[in-house]
Amino acid sequence: MTTSRSTDIALKPEDVNTSRRSFLKNMSLAGGGLVVGLPLTACANISLPNASESALQPNALLQITSDNVVNFYLPRAEMGQGIYTGLTTIVAEELDIHPERINVINAGLHEDYKNLEFELQVTGGSNSIRTHFLPLRHLAANARLAIRQAAAQQLNRNLADIQTDNGKIIIDGKAVDYGEFADYTNTLPFPEDAPLKDKLQFKYIGKDNPRLDGVAKATGTAQFGIDVDFEGLFRAALKRCPVMGGTVKSYDDTDAKGMPGVKSIVKIHNGVAVIADHYYQAKNALPKLKIQWNLPETLSKFSSDSTAPDNGKGLFKTALDSDNATNVFEKGEGLSALQNAHAVISAEYWAPYLAHATMEPMNCTAKLTDNRLELWVGCQSPELAKNLAAYYADVPADNIIIHSTFLGGGFGRRSESDFVAEAAAIAKVSNLPIQLCWSREDDMQNDNYRPASMARFTVGLNKAGLIDSWTVKRAGPQLMPYVIDNLVDGIMPSILPNAFVDWMSKAGYSLYDSLLVDHTSVEGLYEDYDVPNKSSDHITADPGLPVGAWRSVGHSYSGFFKESMMDEIAALQNQDGVEFRLKHLKNNPKLANVLKVVAKKSAWNKPLPKGHYQGVAVHESFSSFVAQVAEVSVVDNQLFVHKVVCAIDCGLAINPDIVKAQMESGIIDGLSAALYGEITLKNGVIQQSNFHDYPALRINESPEIDVVIIDSDEAPAGVGEPGLPPIAAAVANAIFAATGTRLRSLPLKLEG
Amino acid sequence: MISFELNGKTTEVSAAPDTPLLWVVRDHLKLKGSKFGCGMGLCGACSMLVDGESTRTCVLPLAAIQGRKVTTIEGIGNPDMLSTLQSAWVEASVAQCGYCQSGQLVSATALLSKNSNPSDNDIDEAMSGNICRCGTYPNIKKAIKQAAKNLRKDNGQLKIVAYFDPNSIQQEA
Repeated sequence: MTTSRSTDIALKPEDVNTSRRSFLKNMSLAGGGLVVGLPLTACANISLPNASESALQPNALLQITSDNVVNFYLPRAEMGQGIYTGLTTIVAEELDIHPERINVINAGLHEDYKNLEFELQVTGGSNSIRTHFLPLRHLAANARLAIRQAAAQQLNRNLADIQTDNGKIIIDGKAVDYGEFADYTNTLPFPEDAPLKDKLQFKYIGKDNPRLDGVAKATGTAQFGIDVDFEGLFRAALKRCPVMGGTVKSYDDTDAKGMPGVKSIVKIHNGVAVIADHYYQAKNALPKLKIQWNLPETLSKFSSDSTAPDNGKGLFKTALDSDNATNVFEKGEGLSALQNAHAVISAEYWAPYLAHATMEPMNCTAKLTDNRLELWVGCQSPELAKNLAAYYADVPADNIIIHSTFLGGGFGRRSESDFVAEAAAIAKVSNLPIQLCWSREDDMQNDNYRPASMARFTVGLNKAGLIDSWTVKRAGPQLMPYVIDNLVDGIMPSILPNAFVDWMSKAGYSLYDSLLVDHTSVEGLYEDYDVPNKSSDHITADPGLPVGAWRSVGHSYSGFFKESMMDEIAALQNQDGVEFRLKHLKNNPKLANVLKVVAKKSAWNKPLPKGHYQGVAVHESFSSFVAQVAEVSVVDNQLFVHKVVCAIDCGLAINPDIVKAQMESGIIDGLSAALYGEITLKNGVIQQSNFHDYPALRINESPEIDVVIIDSDEAPAGVGEPGLPPIAAAVANAIFAATGTRLRSLPLKLEG
Repeated sequence: MISFELNGKTTEVSAAPDTPLLWVVRDHLKLKGSKFGCGMGLCGACSMLVDGESTRTCVLPLAAIQGRKVTTIEGIGNPDMLSTLQSAWVEASVAQCGYCQSGQLVSATALLSKNSNPSDNDIDEAMSGNICRCGTYPNIKKAIKQAAKNLRKDNGQLKIVAYFDPNSIQQEA
């Protein structure tokens, strides 16, 4: 009996072909509601990747082929944060197949790959797991039910008899691959409401499985944008204005043309590109170009070390002193509550511009043929890259194909598409297939920088020493006007004349900045603690250097500002840093809990090795709660960070080992910024160029890091960014404990 | 014409002699595992073994390697045949973005080929030329120690040095 059953299963029913309807047609008839929680392609003519009539393909994310390949099209960019493993694990769990058996493909462009929070195909905001957790589970659970239903019908059995295990249908102790039933699923309606697993049933979620991209990345076989190559591809290097935003007035390429390997020299919107057979040939020819520039007026006047009131830090300070700030948040009596304060404490903080310095410099490969542009690029926002490339290559946006690669670091840098626009423009003007590769110097000096910020706190205490009013004013550039400036070419519909788009691009900054305050300008400055009266203001101070999202965005400075200020207030009253914070966290139990956990784990207030001191900081960002204790020593004005203990509550951890790695990553990245990171300008020219003058933390400087993940059944929250915001303050507060010196500027500099 | 041994195979290249070895290997010989990071020998993403030493090849002219032995990440192992160090690396999920990892593995291979029981200080010293912006340092230490342990225990393999064409397995972009 067992034998015959087995034979039955192996045979495909005869009626499959006759009754088969195209599942894709079926899907377009059923409209957007077919798969719970995920928008399906509204437009029937947008094709699914690798579409096949014999494959189960509920949408562009998942495909189970009749030869039993399970393809998951990864909708978010893998830039180190582990989403390749994380999202695949979520699919694997409900599909009931080991994550390693899923073939993960970096997805191109498709409606189904939109970030459900931003409604754009963008990776950022530490929201990939958070936003995809339920929709992907529903998708995979429905797909598993579809296969079980197909198996039940084909085998003429009750659905309850059909179980699954690791990618196989299990019936009467026999196992058959899912793929055997993929074809037949297309004859049946796709389920909409398959039940999800209970947490206790999880086989893969919550486990420390190795990263799925680990082998490729340990063998040099993972493909990054810079690794793309094909017959006939030329290499391009671009010379840009030494002051960002400048344009070419005139140029002489006579000497450059004669350099070895040089194929063509073309002028584009922001510079002159040399195209050669090989990259180093293009790079070697660049210095031979003689270019006259139109310098941008405002930025050319800015010098970081100027002491004038309208230049350098003076520009920010003058803004703080003015009365023109915009109120962003008010609670209770706001600012006026200060009048009733028993004592008032005030302090000013500073954080500089920062570069992203991803390990892989910006690059993009572009091939334009017959009004059709193919791009190979690792980027965080392919949809915006598409639109921008369409503008610069002057092709319809629908004629653009993006091949996504791994990203050699993102940190927010690759959410901008300036380098894609350059590649598209060079391909257009030269009419050659090119790979544009930036040098490290290009990368350091043409970034979208973390906005420099100055903040002034004025805090009122009541008689009991508790904070009664918390007011903070922040001066600095806003991010959103620049994002809009950079994107307006790409967002504007193609029916609008280019002149209008150019006008909008120029007007965008002032339109936005005069009307709105970008929340990232002030995020994290005032939210975390229980204080009856709060007020937060923003005022724009902007020398004109392009800024963008830098890992944890506003939290990257507000974590330092707020947690240093909190420490000042506690120290002035001789109160313990942990106890004082806990008194103001009664309405923030998750932040209070991570603080208690980290205090215990770090042996806070317990004896330390001689000369060692601790500092603490807490911060909520991206829906996660993080506390850190840094242990430092200061010897002859030299700082050593020995150990960092970190506790995070990020809800359910999909892969705790990756959460731990992201905490280590955020701490080490945050330490690079806290100890070294500083971009400065002289007459608008960036003074840093490479890792010798913009150092990154090295292994010998990296502290021992101990991470505790709070056990939680709640929905998953962010982990890519939340590890970074507290670390600078934790170190600065430890320095205060060690030396009595309060450092209010980043990077932290101990003076002799 | 410069001749040298690349991953166990005699290789001849006719590029300009001042061309950095990194670009010869990436652009001319099409082995893409070694990465461009800084062009100044500061970050270590371009590291290759030259006569067994971890060397910054973005500043090493082709002319300097005439007759020498060069091993890239492709010669250390491949997905079908991981070295003991690579296995430990995968097991410890070291990589994050992964871009610096070839250079890290090259420097770690050089370390373990001379020291089968490295201390934290030994690791710091051998690996401080390789920057990782993702901060994989804690897991790098863990993987190197585990690999050292495995090498001492079962005398595993540190290098494979067999020509391997990464295009043969390259995933769909």
